[in-house]
Amino acid sequence: MGLTVLLLAVGLYLGLFIAPVDYQQGESYRIMFIHVPAAWMSMFIYVSMAGAGAIGLVWNSKLSEVFASACAPIGASFTFLALVTGSLWGKPMWGAWWAWDARLTSELILFFLYIGYMALQASIDDPKRAARASAILALVGVVNIPIIHFSVEWWNTLHQPASVSKIGKPSIHPSMLAPLLLMAIGFTTYFVAVALMRMRNEILEREKHTTWVVQVLESKP
Amino acid sequence: MNWSEFFAMGGYGAYVWNSYALAAVILVLNVYLPLRRRRVVLRMLHEFLRLKGQTK
Repeated sequence: MGLTVLLLAVGLYLGLFIAPVDYQQGESYRIMFIHVPAAWMSMFIYVSMAGAGAIGLVWNSKLSEVFASACAPIGASFTFLALVTGSLWGKPMWGAWWAWDARLTSELILFFLYIGYMALQASIDDPKRAARASAILALVGVVNIPIIHFSVEWWNTLHQPASVSKIGKPSIHPSMLAPLLLMAIGFTTYFVAVALMRMRNEILEREKHTTWVVQVLESKP
Repeated sequence: MNWSEFFAMGGYGAYVWNSYALAAVILVLNVYLPLRRRRVVLRMLHEFLRLKGQTK
């Protein structure tokens, strides 16, 4: 958590104070330091969630089920953040809050996948069955991730193509790339911290019949 | 540096600062909600243990 605060603080400082103004977009491009890492996280968390779901399905491991269910609300909130900041960026740059462009639409579908995942999980009482059903949903939804990533190449989109993940040299200046990457790493450590917090709650609740939970509770009156 | 210029963000202040504000709200909520949930879970488990102890 301390690491997260440090990374985000340095990232924000470099992004807001040091990085120069964009010659084309003016100061508005500073939304990028939130928007792009949030969008990366929305996809990274989804893949982690589906991967953990698959491990839970194959090896029946409780911990990966708990992890997968902890991912969903965090991933949904990063997806929401990416969509709204994209909208706030799109309005001054494109003149529209929203466009039914392939990148935007597939990211919106990702948001609905997270919501569907959480709704499905909440609708089944037995945690084992809930984890299985939602893991299958998450795995089917993985097909959306490459669609999001390649949407800017496959279709002629309003959204600009990737400038960081290009093979070879990214077409972005280091003074803008450094805060972007710091924010992304900061969001990742943040995700790990808050996912662990959620997992801790769920493990305590699931394992309430075990002696170790009784011991933990007796030590914390 | 000039602070009012900094907050104006070249005329894009509302867009930029609302983005950062929403990010802050989301980051804080994702810490607050599990903490609140933890209190509820602990209270629930204490109650569960107490009832279990009574039926023994």
